[in-house]
Amino acid sequence: MSEAKPKIKAAERMKINRQAMPARDAVERSHTFGEVNLGLLEQIAILEAQRCLECKEAKCVAGCPVAVDIPGFVAKLAEGDLQAAADVLANCNALPCISGRVCPQEKQCEILCIRGKKGDPVAIGYLERFVADWALAHRGVRKAAPVPLSGKKVAVVGSGPAGLTAAGELAKLGHEVTVFEALHQPGGVLVYGIPEFRLPKEIVKAEVDALVRLGVEIRCNVIIGRSYTIDQLLQEERYDAIFIANGAGLPVFMGIPGENLKGVYSANEYLTRVNLMKAFDPNSATPVLKAKQVVVVGGGNTAMDGVRVARRLGADPSTLVYRRSRTEMPARIEEVHHAEEEGVVFQMLTNPVKILGDDKGWVRAVLCQRMELGAPDAKGRRSPVPIPNSEFEIPCEVVVEAIGTRANPLLTATTPDLKVNEKGYIQIDANNMTSKPGVFAGGDIVRGAATVILAMGDGKRTAHAIDAYLKASVQPATAN
Amino acid sequence: MGYQVLESVWLAPNVRKLLVAAPHVTRNCGPGQFVIVRATPDGERIPLTIGFADKAAGTISLFIQAIGKSTTDLCNLETGSSLCDVAGPMGKKTTIHNVGHAVIVGGGVGTAVIYPQARALKEQGNYVSAIIGGRSKPYVILEEELKAVCDAVYPCTDDGSYGFKGFVTQRLGQLITESTANPVKEVITAGPVPMMKAVAEVTRPLGIHTVASLNPIMVDGTGMCGGCRVQVGGQMLFACVDGPEFDAHQVDFKELSDRLTAYREHEQRCMAK
Ligand SMILES: Cc1cc2nc3c(=O)[nH]c(=O)nc-3n(C[C@H](O)[C@H](O)[C@H](O)COP(=O)(O)OP(=O)(O)OC[C@H]3O[C@@H](n4cnc5c(N)ncnc54)[C@H](O)[C@@H]3O)c2cc1C
Ligand SMILES: Cc1cc2nc3c(=O)[nH]c(=O)nc-3n(C[C@H](O)[C@H](O)[C@H](O)COP(=O)(O)OP(=O)(O)OC[C@H]3O[C@@H](n4cnc5c(N)ncnc54)[C@H](O)[C@@H]3O)c2cc1C
Ligand code: SF4
Ligand code: FES
Repeated sequence: MSEAKPKIKAAERMKINRQAMPARDAVERSHTFGEVNLGLLEQIAILEAQRCLECKEAKCVAGCPVAVDIPGFVAKLAEGDLQAAADVLANCNALPCISGRVCPQEKQCEILCIRGKKGDPVAIGYLERFVADWALAHRGVRKAAPVPLSGKKVAVVGSGPAGLTAAGELAKLGHEVTVFEALHQPGGVLVYGIPEFRLPKEIVKAEVDALVRLGVEIRCNVIIGRSYTIDQLLQEERYDAIFIANGAGLPVFMGIPGENLKGVYSANEYLTRVNLMKAFDPNSATPVLKAKQVVVVGGGNTAMDGVRVARRLGADPSTLVYRRSRTEMPARIEEVHHAEEEGVVFQMLTNPVKILGDDKGWVRAVLCQRMELGAPDAKGRRSPVPIPNSEFEIPCEVVVEAIGTRANPLLTATTPDLKVNEKGYIQIDANNMTSKPGVFAGGDIVRGAATVILAMGDGKRTAHAIDAYLKASVQPATAN
Repeated sequence: MGYQVLESVWLAPNVRKLLVAAPHVTRNCGPGQFVIVRATPDGERIPLTIGFADKAAGTISLFIQAIGKSTTDLCNLETGSSLCDVAGPMGKKTTIHNVGHAVIVGGGVGTAVIYPQARALKEQGNYVSAIIGGRSKPYVILEEELKAVCDAVYPCTDDGSYGFKGFVTQRLGQLITESTANPVKEVITAGPVPMMKAVAEVTRPLGIHTVASLNPIMVDGTGMCGGCRVQVGGQMLFACVDGPEFDAHQVDFKELSDRLTAYREHEQRCMAK
């Protein structure tokens, strides 16, 4: 595109400070669902890219679960060659618009960045998002070169990041792919869990549309294990291989008194009503309880999404209750900052013991107790211990529990020969194949609740393992 | 795309039957299972029992009672229209045994909910009685269909305009007393929560095994949200995956009816629009 520019010296690079992400005004966004981060301007992105030292043995790459060639794409961006930057990125990561927004960069690549040793690391996440958004806007989602069809059929169960990534890779390898999704809209947690203000649904839709253009068939409203069993897919529907990526979507409740009062939600229900069913829109047929005071329990991304959604629906205060301290919170650090700016109240070292109701069965308060951090456990994490006689009430009308999810047994229970571990997660071998030949698995249903990027990594790796399996099997897996 | 409505007929002033093409549902479905439908892209996800399922044709019949906005919209669908989404089958299939004499007790649209069980009970060789209720004659549904698969059908109306005058529970009590030669061994019930609760109270002292098909508010129907949770024997269970049928003597009906009122204000606002 542009002629080669003289290389910038390291000393020059060191002089540039980390660029900030422009964000929607905190007051405005505390009651609207528009995306918070607005994206870098091109000149700013290039300037930020020029901070990168283009290390020979880049530490950042080692921290990336899918080993994105970070110095590679950042170097192209630093030169102002957006086309080339986008090409490098597209080769490493199928859904960069999504990972650029939701990856915990501060724990993965950026924490290892050499520039972080003295000062701030390169804003790798912002740059990934910038290049990916640029590519989406300026050249659409590009059609891969046509490949010869293999004549093999592959079924993908679940349309979260693992399923979508695998479907794209498999289609590019020439296989006929059908994605089965239980809900009415594809995307998994990307559409029902993560809110619009962090990940606009238009982006997920663009990625899904791109898959459809690649020839992937997406069948919503089909529940594998009920509509069809795994065996029926193999034997009757003649799929040659299956990738199970149905996530870990079963909500865990605290098991404290008062959980069935009206006004108590699992985070999954609360977020699904708002995100997938659009309950924030007064014209939506699906309701969600809008309360003056909301308490959300947990410290992860799900809790943070819940408490920020409640804020946007008008809660004041919208309170986050977490039993450890701030430093232990597993949520993305940026979300914690954003939540704080939006006026979310943090009650750290606090644990609910009972939900209190009124005489009509509605929540009126959460009874909590104060905690302190005890001795570190085997993993070095200090576990919270209750402080005696420290109970106090937080008044509220809605309680959202975001304390974790487990494997949903719906599919595995109808596939008895699929080996699962004691927690119900599917067991796989080194090639991501399950105990059933031709049936593979990845994402949260294997790892337990993890991250989008790990799910995408699993999807890609498994697609190639399935390809190898299909090429190696002289006879289709369904032959009997 | 959508799922075609092949036929739409009124069965009662407030109950409509829709015949819908949904081959992915009929493949494995059985009595007790349900689907979740959305009429339009901005519609609510509504659980509905699979009434008849024709596996060869790939069609299901849904029986819908108009009680709120979404069910009213569904009842207004005419032959040739389509539903935006039909997902399923969901829930567990009823376990049907040969017990001897089984009674199904249906109130309002609940009669449609347990029609498939009546048929399956008969196929297992049971003597099957059906007690079906409605507020007045036009509200008693599926009598002819049930007669074809039951040994006896007892319609009941609150106002006495047809059949037995009184509640289905009163007729159930009578039937149990009358059936000395062929004692009632099992009762399956579906309908309004107060009715199911009352049925459970009729059979509890007699120790007759009783199953209720519960209808909590649902969202996904796959075990993902927990909104459908019910207390059964002191345990929290998800009706969409662990049910919807449970031992009626173990169900906390008070909590169920209470939780069903969570969105009453919203519903009234929707209906007023
Ligand atoms: C609220 C929330 C916020 C999060 N925020 C972040 C974040 O900021 N960053 C991050 O990295 N991670 C985040 N995560 C975690 C991340 O979303 C998950 O790790 C990831 O989505 C897992 O991907 P997956 O493809 O394995 O499954 P999922 O995304 O869970 O998708 C599984 C899909 O399978 C479908 N399905 C389930 N059972 C069946 C069946 N029997 N038949 C057919 N379809 C079925 C489901 O409906 C679903 O659509 C968050 C999670 C939540 C809940
Ligand atoms: C497993 C299952 C199977 C069902 N099968 C059928 C069926 O075959 N035919 C049929 O007509 N209905 C069936 N229902 C009930 C049906 O789903 C509800 O009537 C419907 O969701 C109400 O939606 P609405 O918007 O029309 O009414 P809303 O405006 O939501 O509610 C109107 C009134 O009904 C009450 N209500 C809300 N949700 C329910 C509910 N789930 N059950 C009962 N009352 C409710 C409310 O308290 C309110 O007073 C079933 C429910 C379940 C869970
Ligand atoms: S470690 Fe930091 S400076 Fe080095 S290549 Fe990676 S992003 Fe650039
Ligand atoms: S309806 Fe969501 S878990 Fe049952």
